[in-house]
Amino acid sequence: MELFDVVFYVFAFITVVSAFIVVFSRNIIYAAFSLLFTFFGVAGLYVLLNADFLAVTQILIYVGGILVLLLFGVMLTSNVINVDIKTGTIQTVPALVLVAIVAGSLSGLFYSTWKDVSAPETSVVTTTPALGKMLMTTYLLPFEIASVVLLVALIGATFIARRST
Amino acid sequence: MLTEFGRILLFLIVGVIFVAGGMVTSRLLRPSRPYPSKLSTYECGETPIGDTRIRFNIRFYVVALIFLIFDVEVVFLFPWATVFEELGWFAFIEMMVFLTILLVGYAYVWRKGDLDWDKPSPKIPRYEMGVGVKEVDLTEEEVAV
Repeated sequence: MELFDVVFYVFAFITVVSAFIVVFSRNIIYAAFSLLFTFFGVAGLYVLLNADFLAVTQILIYVGGILVLLLFGVMLTSNVINVDIKTGTIQTVPALVLVAIVAGSLSGLFYSTWKDVSAPETSVVTTTPALGKMLMTTYLLPFEIASVVLLVALIGATFIARRST
Repeated sequence: MLTEFGRILLFLIVGVIFVAGGMVTSRLLRPSRPYPSKLSTYECGETPIGDTRIRFNIRFYVVALIFLIFDVEVVFLFPWATVFEELGWFAFIEMMVFLTILLVGYAYVWRKGDLDWDKPSPKIPRYEMGVGVKEVDLTEEEVAV
């Protein structure tokens, strides 16, 4: 096993285990905090796939922004600490059908395409300048529209979250 | 030969070893005498009252929301910054358009007072002549701030 594989399995382990804790933890604070490690592990996997910009974005937005927001959401909610989260099994048959469909289509997708996927090139080229060039030339309109979307999100979110006096 | 991210990984590994090493050595060295008071919440020597977890003020949430939007904006700035010199004024003006649109949102939240940190005004019990100390019930939120 090469170093690459070792690092990959370490990050995959971190991601999967913390994701399990997120799902199965009874304490919602612990779930939120272990989501931090899930995001972090996914960022590590992005790095291993030579998606450096995506990895940094993952850290910056998901770990730095969304998780903080999530924790605030948890802490803002009253009586969230000592509440037993309902984890009973209901709707077993529809859930099984849905899971089977999703798992089947995903593995079908995987088996039909995995031969074409080559390992990422070892010569690391940073993707950020290429992304910047594309954003400024080919995808200029989506880029500007993104700012409008952000504007709408900002105004809408603050409007809804504002304390109504 | 290390890549840039390889260096970050090295830092991570050293960080984990540093913390784990510190905890392991302190566990080996320190005496172990646990008793219940050691586990109680520290409240300046007082006996702790109430639950440790309090409800946060909603304004933290609004500020976090605003922060998140401008966080995303910064992410868009990074790829632009790497190629801005190459593409020249065109890219500069494009980014200015982008920023101006978001500036509208900034002006909106500013105007609407979402950035104002409204200070709490706790009602301090005051002594009045002949009346005695007037008890004022503080809400949980006011005590927290």
